Amino acid sequence: MSVETVKTEEILEPTLPSQAPRGLKRYVPLSSYGTPYLWLMGGMLGISLTMIVGLLLLILVMGSLTFWPQKIIQFETVDGKRYLGEVTRRETYKPSREQVGELPELYREKANQFLESRQGISERFLVRTGNYERTNTHFHWVSDFQIQNSTYPEWAFVWERLSWGRFYGIPVGFQVDGKLFTEGLQESYRLFRQHFPDVQKKRNKIYYLEKEVLGALNYKMEQARLNVREKELKLRNATGERREALQQELQKANAEYSRLKENLEFEYGKIRAQIETLKKETQRYSILMQVSDGSIVPLPLATIVRGYPANQLSWFEKVLVYLDRWKEFLLEEPREANSEGGVFPAIFGTVVMTLLMSLVVSPLGVIAALYLREYARAGFLVSAVRIALNNLAGVPSIVFGVFGLGFFCYFVGTSIDQLFFQARLPNPTFGTGGILWSALTLALLTLPVVIVASEEALAAVPNSMREGAYACGASKWQTIQRIVIPRALPGILTGMILAMARGAGEVAPLMLVGAVKLAPELPIDGNFPFIHLERSFMHLGFHIYDVGFQSQNSEAAKPMVFTTTLLLILIIVVLNLVAIFLRNRLYRKFISREV
Amino acid sequence: MRSDTKDGKMIESVNAIVRISHGMEVEPAIHSTLSHLADSEVVLRIKEFCLWYGKKQTLFRISMDIPKGKVTALIGPSGCGKSTLLRSVNRLNDLIDGVRISGDMLLNGDSIYAPDVDVIELRKRMGMVAQKPNPFPMSIYENVVFPLRIDGIRDKRILDEVCERSLRGAALWDEVKDRLQDSALALSGGQQQRLCIARAIAADPEVLLMDEPASSLDPIATAKVEELIHQLRGEYTILIVTHNMQQAARVSDFTAFMYMGRLIEYAPTGMMFVKPQLRETEDYILGRFG
Repeated sequence: MSVETVKTEEILEPTLPSQAPRGLKRYVPLSSYGTPYLWLMGGMLGISLTMIVGLLLLILVMGSLTFWPQKIIQFETVDGKRYLGEVTRRETYKPSREQVGELPELYREKANQFLESRQGISERFLVRTGNYERTNTHFHWVSDFQIQNSTYPEWAFVWERLSWGRFYGIPVGFQVDGKLFTEGLQESYRLFRQHFPDVQKKRNKIYYLEKEVLGALNYKMEQARLNVREKELKLRNATGERREALQQELQKANAEYSRLKENLEFEYGKIRAQIETLKKETQRYSILMQVSDGSIVPLPLATIVRGYPANQLSWFEKVLVYLDRWKEFLLEEPREANSEGGVFPAIFGTVVMTLLMSLVVSPLGVIAALYLREYARAGFLVSAVRIALNNLAGVPSIVFGVFGLGFFCYFVGTSIDQLFFQARLPNPTFGTGGILWSALTLALLTLPVVIVASEEALAAVPNSMREGAYACGASKWQTIQRIVIPRALPGILTGMILAMARGAGEVAPLMLVGAVKLAPELPIDGNFPFIHLERSFMHLGFHIYDVGFQSQNSEAAKPMVFTTTLLLILIIVVLNLVAIFLRNRLYRKFISREV
Repeated sequence: MRSDTKDGKMIESVNAIVRISHGMEVEPAIHSTLSHLADSEVVLRIKEFCLWYGKKQTLFRISMDIPKGKVTALIGPSGCGKSTLLRSVNRLNDLIDGVRISGDMLLNGDSIYAPDVDVIELRKRMGMVAQKPNPFPMSIYENVVFPLRIDGIRDKRILDEVCERSLRGAALWDEVKDRLQDSALALSGGQQQRLCIARAIAADPEVLLMDEPASSLDPIATAKVEELIHQLRGEYTILIVTHNMQQAARVSDFTAFMYMGRLIEYAPTGMMFVKPQLRETEDYILGRFG
């Protein structure tokens, strides 16, 4: 057979495959399907989700349960003591011999038997017994082997008070002006309900007078005093003819001040007197409570925030109490070193500070990114700047706090005080922590995020679009302004969302540059110039730290930590949702219909 | 044998082209039947134009005259430099780092590459339609009047008039007249491309540059765009790049064949497709390579 013939055959039948037909059941390595990797990826995602969802769920459950009214239980122990209160926690432990030895002899044997039947393990309850001014403690541990009997007294009341925490007891009478007015459970509760709204109204009035009216008077007085001081300072530096003119001005200001002072003091006295009468009126009523040790204690209505017979509440009434507590939490100011009351100033401070920060960081970041991406020539310097930016994102936030304190508060702030607020010295105005410095510090902290995200967004604008604009005769700036920025806006907003989420959740630097435990005034109020950027403020993140770790009554404050965390997360979610909504609208407008 | 002859011919013609591309000193075998045009008949005159991307030369001494009011097609295989040549006309290549040129182009007698030329003013005298539709992220109306907006024209009457005229010119008016304020991105691909043509003719350009304007469109949209080019002939001078020979044959009055950065043959379309003067052109047109 010659080579030629073989060739012709090949040419004649070129379509026939040389291999045998492929079977369906061939061996294919598993890895080529990627199934194991798919499992790996799914598993990793699962782990991440479990952690995140678990944390969020914990916060959600714990945070939302805080305000649900609990039943009141009364434990009677073998040594004859009674504990009335809410069970906040239960745990098992191994009691020592001494603990059993402290019991009365009669019960020791019984307790030992009880423990033996359970392998020496006991369950104990943490009872919130309140009545701090009588017992010097908010909580008591009660172990199961000590308990003789436990009941849910029908008329047990829990009172939330302005100070000293909660009060537990059973109403037995009602006092007016220190004299017994009536006796009996239901009658005294009826009287309480009859008088309490009035007392509350008066208390609010007192609050209003003290805070708003007296506050405004004080503010006016302070402004007048500052005016005089300013004139004095000017006079000290002046010479010649100006001196005389200033002297006259000073005299005028002084006269004005003393006239105002007289006026204000008169008004001040009037309002003080009004407050006093109101206070006296609110203090007329008290409800008599029998506490767990049997003694009877008068509880002035003026000190009560809320009270209810916990064991009698229907489900609907419980919901009402629950909602009322949320309302208080969201809208009122904190009391009792932040562990009770509301967090409104903290919500307000967090939102204002975050918005202020976004207002500063977005133009700064976007403009910097524009220069980096559109104008700067790629080279060593630009690369160095990019690396520096990425490193900046990795700097611990507390370092930004230290920088903010040193640069903004002490350097810039003190200079501003020297130039514009000399009259107020030695009290610093801008030369200390404040909401403006906090916003600027966090702006600095989130700047890398915004720049990097904006740069990415600018880079994602298709070149064909730019060329289209150039081909129409647009200049570079016109192209950027009319085509590139609108098109990149959704991406830029994504960066801002990230920055806002990061900024709103940041605490460490704020502790140095302006967040405080208790801010007497909000950064925005009714006094001219309405926005007071120099004021320190309350922040939810800092509030969490403060309540959780700086509170004296930490056991009672613990649920508040969860609730505050829940609230902070919700606020961040709301801020994000708004931004995402905005971004999607822009996306539809500038990039594509499909989102 | 038959196949032998075919192969031989092919090798011969490719050799000829290789000869052209490698021998710098050898004059390219250009055959142009359009060297006798008077100045008044020419809108764009390309003179000895060379272009380098960094060290790589991509255009070699290209000289051609684009006649007024006609459609001139640039054909040639991918990478032959036809798009580069087109983008050189409105100096879009300036945006790319490391581009150098020599030679010059004249737009109605004005040098395009003279040192004192304001590129922005220059580009305003031309319109360009890109390969993929590139409507701007704004309304249909704003897209069309964009060239006027950047010129600072705010007079609503003028803008409205130009918008309608351009959209009618681009055969899009009837389809969009009721939704001029809608986003241009909501239009279909073919509509978007016609919108880009409307934008390109809004400023009354002296020459309209089209870079494969139908290559990303489906056959029906392509037909519409081609029909539009037909309509625009006479009113506008059009320089169109295409790698679709049938399209070139259908829409253009003159055709220039480019290969490896050189202008090989430049002739009236009828002549070019019926009786090309050079073997290289014939091979390409008949689909023997490319």
